[in-house]
Amino acid sequence: MQIYLPIAEVSVNAFLLLGLGGIVGLLSGMFGIGGGFLMTPLLFFIGIPPAVAVATGANQIVASSFSGVMTHFHKRTVDLKMGSVLLAGGLIGVAVGMVVFNYLKSLGQVDLLVQLFYVVFLGSVGILMFVESINAFRKSRRIGANPPTRRRQRNWVHVWPFKMRFRTSGLYISAIPPLMIGFAVGILAAIMGVGGGFIMVPAMIYILGMPTKVVVGTSLFQIIFVAAFTTLLHASTNYTVDVVLAVLLLLGGVIGAQFGTQVAVRLKPEFLRVLLAGLVIVVCSKLALDLLIQPSELYSLSASGKD
Amino acid sequence: MGLSDTQVSINTSFTGSQILIFGAVKREAPIRADAPLHVVITVEGPKQRVTVRRKSRWFGVWVNTAAVEVDAAPSFYAVATTAPLNEILTSTEDLRRKISINRAIRSVGAPDTIKDSSGFTDAIVRIRQKENLYQEMEGDVKLDQQTLFRTAISMPSDLIEGEYSVRVFLTRNREIVSDYKKTIDVRKVGLERWLFALSREQPIIYGLMALVIAIAAGWGASAAFRKLRNW
Repeated sequence: MQIYLPIAEVSVNAFLLLGLGGIVGLLSGMFGIGGGFLMTPLLFFIGIPPAVAVATGANQIVASSFSGVMTHFHKRTVDLKMGSVLLAGGLIGVAVGMVVFNYLKSLGQVDLLVQLFYVVFLGSVGILMFVESINAFRKSRRIGANPPTRRRQRNWVHVWPFKMRFRTSGLYISAIPPLMIGFAVGILAAIMGVGGGFIMVPAMIYILGMPTKVVVGTSLFQIIFVAAFTTLLHASTNYTVDVVLAVLLLLGGVIGAQFGTQVAVRLKPEFLRVLLAGLVIVVCSKLALDLLIQPSELYSLSASGKD
Repeated sequence: MGLSDTQVSINTSFTGSQILIFGAVKREAPIRADAPLHVVITVEGPKQRVTVRRKSRWFGVWVNTAAVEVDAAPSFYAVATTAPLNEILTSTEDLRRKISINRAIRSVGAPDTIKDSSGFTDAIVRIRQKENLYQEMEGDVKLDQQTLFRTAISMPSDLIEGEYSVRVFLTRNREIVSDYKKTIDVRKVGLERWLFALSREQPIIYGLMALVIAIAAGWGASAAFRKLRNW
């Protein structure tokens, strides 16, 4: 069934959009990522104009994250205090990121920058996670019944001032590192047009030492607000949020996210990390190849307003 | 001359449209066998400014290195004729009336650093032809008895709103002897119209509405699933 999108000004198959939303929602619920880094390239691929894809993607992320976080609330796997600290840093980061983004746009190389950001960040995060989680996976198999050794050594995260107690995560650490992580992710989110979950999840696990179980819910909680803020900024400055497109994507997305959260609680956390790492590496390689292989069409068009 | 539709309405289920263009030649002199009459029909969408970028290899990666701003390129353009265009129209007439696709695009000067600016205009035509936004249909106009002509132009679903001008030229000996002009109004209607207007006039309200829908859908789905599981 073809449907015409009022803002994107193209007509696409409604079931294709529902399906896309469903797949991305499933992954979103499983890994606690907004799914923006998957959704945006997929929308380009089916012919949605890039500006609309980025803005509408952010709106769709709000829905699937909200659906996911509700389930995590009921399981009590959301650290609200940690989420709020991350969010405070995140909102400042988004605002700063938007300024950087608009400056680079005036220089005319914003596409390249976004692509390079994707390749560098997805690549390094993916490889680091993959190596670490494969090791963890092996260890958990070899030792068998032994409980995983808890990393309790004190590093800089514990030494810095402004210490706060995060009960749900079982941590007593300085508030500065989460603020910094939130800020950095906010900048990336604004520049790359994503929620930033794929960077925040590993940062929470490896830098803050949060338990994997709590990380997913907390990350989703923070992403809702960052994505909502991004949506509003896009809607009011670029007029590129397509509600019809968003509704179709999110109908598929919220259902997918529900299934994803169900799948996630049944899988081993180490295995979940291997999967996420693999996914990140696949998307990264695809983007890297696009940069390295000679494109079949060297020219590209962008309409810059009516005459 | 007549059109099957003078208005194209874009609604939610819009998948493109076909316009029939037909007419009769008014005769003031007997048919001349030595210099047959030919018909050229163009349909042109609203003009837009377009930035064309070209990629080239830079430290191993393909990046946009050159850009040309084309001042006015039609968002849609179709030319239908009774015979190959260069056989029925002189290039002077083409230039004056801006009939062929290349002439319909107006490009005023590329930056000095770019020497092959025609490559950029060619790219617009090539890319838009692939998307069926530009169509060259030589020989697609049927002309019966040197009097009745008709053709069908199919417009793709990704149309821009606005006035589309339809021009009909009659040529003899490669010179234009007569021309007519009409317009087709392409408009979004109903929900499409309302959403589009809201997003431009009340962007904050529109954005908030988008968020409310998103949160409601997220909450609704999670509540529904919990019910299902407990049930």
